[in-house]
Amino acid sequence: MSDPANAPSFETAVAQSRTYLLKFARLQLRDEAWAEDVVSETLLAALARPQAFAARSQLRTWLVGILKHKIVDVLRSRAREVTLDSGTHDESADPLEHMAFKASGHFAERPADWGNPEQDLGSRQFMTILEACTEKLPAVQGRLFLMREWLELSSEEICKELGLTPTNLYVQLHRARLRLRECLELNWFAAR
Amino acid sequence: MKTLMNKLPLMRSCKEVTALVIAREDRELPWMERAALRVHMAMCQACPRFERQVLTMRNAMKQWRGYTDQD
Repeated sequence: MSDPANAPSFETAVAQSRTYLLKFARLQLRDEAWAEDVVSETLLAALARPQAFAARSQLRTWLVGILKHKIVDVLRSRAREVTLDSGTHDESADPLEHMAFKASGHFAERPADWGNPEQDLGSRQFMTILEACTEKLPAVQGRLFLMREWLELSSEEICKELGLTPTNLYVQLHRARLRLRECLELNWFAAR
Repeated sequence: MKTLMNKLPLMRSCKEVTALVIAREDRELPWMERAALRVHMAMCQACPRFERQVLTMRNAMKQWRGYTDQD
């Protein structure tokens, strides 16, 4: 295969995607060693079958696809560690308790109007905040949340892969979503 | 009045509705809960705002998945 003189070779382009892939692996796995390993495996698998990759322009999409499969394998084989809550107060607290409700269970004040931020949501600044807020979630909550939102697994699939009860999963996702809402409100919607 | 409200099968507090709106992102709600949600949303000024925030977050995650960083 001959490349135009200034375009990087397939091997170089794959190797240059390492940092990009690591970002997702770290966010999803929340463990530096696992993330490094799974990205190395992804790069090796990609280099071993260049014929599987047709359109150079979507190299990253192709690599992320391989990465996701490898990450599901890691999550499955390390299911116990992946779901092991360190049991700190921060992880077990229900963020709903931070919200302003009256004793009757009604809102003490209305939730903020976030407006119609369609365009803002696609901006780089917003993506940075969103990733920072996801990273700030307690590890177990962050992993489960991204299994839903990045790996796009159903709740049933997650329970099956990790051997979790639905109740346990829903409690963790409930906390993760409320915490993310709070973080986005503080750092994006109220800060604009 | 409060006791009566709590006895009506479709009545939910904002706090309960907030939990249902979040739960709906990850599981299908039983029809009774869906009906209770609809009843509450029609009467409440605060919960529809919370619901819009959750929909905005859903949209944000979708955009994030499709976002390919160019550097």
